[in-house]
Amino acid sequence: MTTLLVPLVLIGGLTSVGVYLLLERNLTRMLLGLLLIGNAVNLLILVAGGPSGNPPVRGRITDGHTTTADPLVQAMILTAIVISMGVAAFVLSVIYRTYRLTTEEEVVNDPEDARVSQLTDEELEALDEARPAPDEARDTDEPDELDALPGLEGSR
Amino acid sequence: MSPSAVLTPLPVLIPLLGAAATMFAGRRPRLQRAITLGALTAVVAVCAALLYLTDRDGTLALHVGGWAQSVPGMGPLGITLVVDRLSALMLVVSSIVLLAVVLYAIGQGIRDGGERQPVSIFLPTYLALSAGVCNAFLAGDLFNLFVGFEVLLVASFVLLTIGASTERVRVGISYVMVSMVSSMIFLIGIALVYAATGTLNMAELATRLDGVSAGTRSALFAVLLVAFGIKAAVFPLSTWLPDSYPTAPAPVTAVFAGLLTKVGVYAIIRAHTLLFPSAGLDKMLMVAAFLTMLVGILGAIAQSDIKRLLSFTLVSHIGYMVFGIALSSRLGLAGAVYYVTHHILVQTTLFLVVGLIERQAGASTLQRLGGLAAASPLLAFVFVVPALNLGGIPPFSGFIGKVALLEAGAQNGSVLAWMLVGGSVLTSLLTLYVISRVWTLAFWRPRADAPEGHMASAAPSVLLDDTEDIAVDERDDVGRMPVAMLVPTAALIAVALTLTVLAGPIVAYSERAAAEVLDRDRYITAVLSGATP
Repeated sequence: MTTLLVPLVLIGGLTSVGVYLLLERNLTRMLLGLLLIGNAVNLLILVAGGPSGNPPVRGRITDGHTTTADPLVQAMILTAIVISMGVAAFVLSVIYRTYRLTTEEEVVNDPEDARVSQLTDEELEALDEARPAPDEARDTDEPDELDALPGLEGSR
Repeated sequence: MSPSAVLTPLPVLIPLLGAAATMFAGRRPRLQRAITLGALTAVVAVCAALLYLTDRDGTLALHVGGWAQSVPGMGPLGITLVVDRLSALMLVVSSIVLLAVVLYAIGQGIRDGGERQPVSIFLPTYLALSAGVCNAFLAGDLFNLFVGFEVLLVASFVLLTIGASTERVRVGISYVMVSMVSSMIFLIGIALVYAATGTLNMAELATRLDGVSAGTRSALFAVLLVAFGIKAAVFPLSTWLPDSYPTAPAPVTAVFAGLLTKVGVYAIIRAHTLLFPSAGLDKMLMVAAFLTMLVGILGAIAQSDIKRLLSFTLVSHIGYMVFGIALSSRLGLAGAVYYVTHHILVQTTLFLVVGLIERQAGASTLQRLGGLAAASPLLAFVFVVPALNLGGIPPFSGFIGKVALLEAGAQNGSVLAWMLVGGSVLTSLLTLYVISRVWTLAFWRPRADAPEGHMASAAPSVLLDDTEDIAVDERDDVGRMPVAMLVPTAALIAVALTLTVLAGPIVAYSERAAAEVLDRDRYITAVLSGATP
């Protein structure tokens, strides 16, 4: 199979611009990056389908081609375009919602993750070790499984 | 086409039609619930029938719309749906989980939901998610697998950002971006596979890929593996998961944790056994499995929020499944199949239990929880059984699955396999440590000793996260646990326990499934024999 160089260079260019935009923190740019990558991938599928040719309808000939173009890739690209359009609409609405809520449109770090990673040793101990030892004197002989636990001694 | 193949599209069709019907019934909540429950019960029944039929008669294949007739030199052009033992098992377990979780969500909504809950969106989206999951398990060609992934992903975007609070929108953005990048990589993989072979039908691909040079084959497999690895949350590609899952409502997190990653694992199994049986990436997969287990569980140790903690254990236990797959022996694959079944049930149950904890105690973080064992022994019971199951205490199914994997690792005998055996044992121990930490802190210690034990959320949250913090004493009594939430949880625990009680037949079934998956010719003939009329 022979392939043209131009579409391949185009695919590479679109993908690299897309990846660059996707690495931004600005949400609109991230969406644009995603769309560019999507277009690059659609082109790649088209290239994978082989050379151009007649429309895949019986008896239809254009430009004197002798072969028929692959209809499968066109069907797949159509599906992929529809999917990326739906997702783009969804992402745009989420971006708008973010803007309404925070008047910013940037990805922020996970606050709980940051909190956990910045816990000091004392705080960690406070989480785990704040358990006073059971007081045996206050333990009763009553058959109660929980009565040895602090705070529940002699619960019956 | 055998008459029983008529059943194959139903697990996709019923939820999709149900989703449309529930949309129309948007203003009538009771009718909506009835449709949802009816549809998902029907799916369970169909999947059970498929399980029985495939075990009796062998692989079922259906060429949708009769597009089986292929041009000479081309594979089947249309959509192919295939059910073999592996996908039938996955379908049955997922449909049971889907039904149980929707029962839980409906029960929660009836008991705690006010006027403002977005229920009319929730149920249709949930049904669309079910259709996507079933479609991914049924897909017999790569592009249909992609469509199944997209359907379930787009539905999961909506479910994850339901209510669109600040936190959920923040999480939703990164989840959407990561998922879409993985879909793009999958699509690149599809384009490259198509360029190399000229078909996307998996059975046809399996025969044609043998003619492709080894290097190309490895490269194709690597691209697909990255795409599936993001979905399955395998280590270097797993960081999105613990960030995004915990903020969603409890039933949504439960169904995500149970099913979405497993769809990725299923895709890895299919690609590894059917398409690229000797692509030479097993060692890399083993290293990834090892790191997934350890990094995941070490992350879990550091967490104080139970939902986040469970998300990290979810990542870590994906490592076990990848371990079984990477061994590419029959025993390893059987272990992986059994482990997937076990893990879907257990992980879903645990997230449902966390939902109950959150409702009863008004918090899901260890900084606030305490004294739950005394407050509600029943809650303690429903937590501890799946928790010990996850930790792999005998005689629960987690133990059986791990033993099967360890045995397969020992049988393999290479240095890497032994390293993985050691890693699995260590991970299992650390899981137990994590579980017992939750147990001692949330269930045994008095709430007064918790650093923030005096705080709680004001009211049980259903689908929106709109509650604010108040002092525990001022919190209204939420009453007992609603039966409609408890029964589905208990039912899932019971199903997970059947994996122990009926361990013999189920392990035997997984071994048959593994043998069938490894025997590619059966799959290929089942699909392609219908293709040439």
